[in-house]
Amino acid sequence: MKLVITLTLSLMLMTSQAFAKVNVFACEPEWQALVQAIGGEHVKTYSATTAYQDPHHIEARPSLIAKTRRADLLVCTGAELEIGWLPLLLRKSGNSDVQESELGYFLAASQVERIEVPVEFDRSQGDVHASGNPHVSWDPYRLQSIAQALSKRLQAIDPDNSQSYQAKLSKFNQKWTASIKRWESMTAQLAGKKVIVYHKNWSYLLKWLGVEVIGDLEPKPGLPPTSKHLSHLLSVTRGNTPDSILIANYQDDKGAKWLSGKTDTPVIRLPYTVGGSDKATDLFALYDEVLSLLVKGNE
Amino acid sequence: MNTLFAGTKVTKAALAVAGLSVVALSSGVQAQGLGKISGNEFNPAISLILDARYTDINNSELELPGFVLGGEAGLPSNGFATGHNELVMSANIDDNFFGTINMAIVHANGTTAIELEEAFIQTLALGNGFTIKAGQFFSGIGYLNSIHDHAHDFADRPLVYDALFGGHLMDTGVQTTWVAPTDTYLSFGAELTSGSKFPSGESEDNNKGRTFFVKTGGDIGISSSWLLGASYYETEFDVREAGGHHHHGAEAAVAEVIDNELLNGELDIAGIDFVYKWAPKGNNKQTNFKFQAEYFVKNESGLAEFVEGDASAEAMYDGKQEGFYVQTVYQFMPAWRVGLRYDHLKADNKFSDFEDNGIDEEEFIEESGYGTADDPKKFSIMLDYAPSHFSRLRLQYSELDNGHDETYDIITLQYSMSLGSHGAHTF
Repeated sequence: MKLVITLTLSLMLMTSQAFAKVNVFACEPEWQALVQAIGGEHVKTYSATTAYQDPHHIEARPSLIAKTRRADLLVCTGAELEIGWLPLLLRKSGNSDVQESELGYFLAASQVERIEVPVEFDRSQGDVHASGNPHVSWDPYRLQSIAQALSKRLQAIDPDNSQSYQAKLSKFNQKWTASIKRWESMTAQLAGKKVIVYHKNWSYLLKWLGVEVIGDLEPKPGLPPTSKHLSHLLSVTRGNTPDSILIANYQDDKGAKWLSGKTDTPVIRLPYTVGGSDKATDLFALYDEVLSLLVKGNE
Repeated sequence: MNTLFAGTKVTKAALAVAGLSVVALSSGVQAQGLGKISGNEFNPAISLILDARYTDINNSELELPGFVLGGEAGLPSNGFATGHNELVMSANIDDNFFGTINMAIVHANGTTAIELEEAFIQTLALGNGFTIKAGQFFSGIGYLNSIHDHAHDFADRPLVYDALFGGHLMDTGVQTTWVAPTDTYLSFGAELTSGSKFPSGESEDNNKGRTFFVKTGGDIGISSSWLLGASYYETEFDVREAGGHHHHGAEAAVAEVIDNELLNGELDIAGIDFVYKWAPKGNNKQTNFKFQAEYFVKNESGLAEFVEGDASAEAMYDGKQEGFYVQTVYQFMPAWRVGLRYDHLKADNKFSDFEDNGIDEEEFIEESGYGTADDPKKFSIMLDYAPSHFSRLRLQYSELDNGHDETYDIITLQYSMSLGSHGAHTF
């Protein structure tokens, strides 16, 4: 009886929902921003996390199950970044459209080649990602490939608006390519600089800019800085002085401040993703802000 | 209490198989990294939970007046002991089904046993918010019931879970859940189970268990989330046997057969649960706070029969047993948490149509375990340290007042570690 009522109720709700906008559940704000940029008026987006949260530490909380239940498309980073909560959301949502084998399941990191793929798999190395570094949104070229693949996916899910998606993608591509040129000339002076990072979430960005990473504040990926590790870092910086220390503004800055005081090196606090600062309202603005903060901080 | 070890006896070979699978897993992942294809890649995700403890306790026999105990209800033994070492394997079977098995390997009194905690399949492709689960599983009632002990915030389960469910309500059957297409989380669940596991008893049909639950939850701003649930369980049974009440020191002298049974019984349990979590800006890595409370009430009735040698007594029994706990856990800096918990139980058992065949009413009530006293209470405080996602050390102090003017002081030092595949972050 109960089953019959719920069944009819759900069918009624389903039919009223059909042919609306594509409902996109993004795991992180950068993918929400990308979907908005290439989906425009055809998509309705939601981000499971904000720029002030560590996407590795999220729980499969009730509101996320409710959002996953109604999603037509999940856009997440992948490479095990969301391994603690995304599989749970999939299993608890009862949504067949977004399961791993379906069109509605899109992992950004799976669209491109990853760097820092570990050769050794041992948790004594910290919380390593077997599929490599997941922070792919910080390489503008990889991001462009991801945009391409994501647009194709949107077209497959919503074929009626296929042409509009193509037009939006080429507009995005034009603006992004022009921006890459501008960013590369504006950051030319950063090549060869040395930095200490909190976590390996800037690896793609620094590789693109030609900046050398001489140390991580985390003793092992995912583990908070310890005093023993910090004093080791201090000894590394003697004779190999870093130009700056980079941390995302959601990360604890105690270790960075301590090292900064000892080495007289500036700490640069960066928004990691869209929404991480007042200015970083979309991907273009985010790149603009982070790159100009880097240029300013490493002068 | 010894029903805990009634499971299949396990040999060293089975443990070796578990070890081998873990080795196989790591080589599988490595092969993936190198771009090779090997048969190992389709191995299920495997994780092992290692748990052991040192307990300082003056009396390990749990007695809660008015509550007939069963399942895993009990107190830890004094000194060093291994806890619930669990082996979990899970994977998507194909695009339609997910499957998992969870085995606890427990060792006590010189015996090692495997206890099957969960072994079920679950649908992935029904859609429209529907999911069906089949097999043996932890029931969806309450908040903590479906969460395995190693993921609890204290070294032991809340008293109400031990007193009413014998640990967890765990049974074999089918579960259907439906998530409503609403912005606020709303889900309904129903289970049809054998209904013959504790707190129920044996029945010929093995299909008497009925469970219903509804859960709702959401976010308040960016920093807080909540979950509220209500649940109901009912079942019938032909016979439920209970271990007789022991007189300390006296049982050695008595060699007579003691039979303590409830016949033609029926029971229902209703409960509500609430969880609230807070973290600054929703970032739980530095600090976070959790409040959790659950209340359950059980009504049961049947023909109570107590036999001791040639003497016996019987009566119509109508019992009401309830309990709640309230707990808070606060992570005050990365890796460090402190928690407080208060447990309270209450029993009100009534008898009618008493029949004296050599045992009088007073003795019957006392011996059968249905006799009530003051409300049992427990207070716990814990401190734990989790240097990484995968390891946790915990120190806990509990004071249990069993209602018989007996107080237990329990100090537990515990480790709980998870190795292998990454664990799930359940809300």
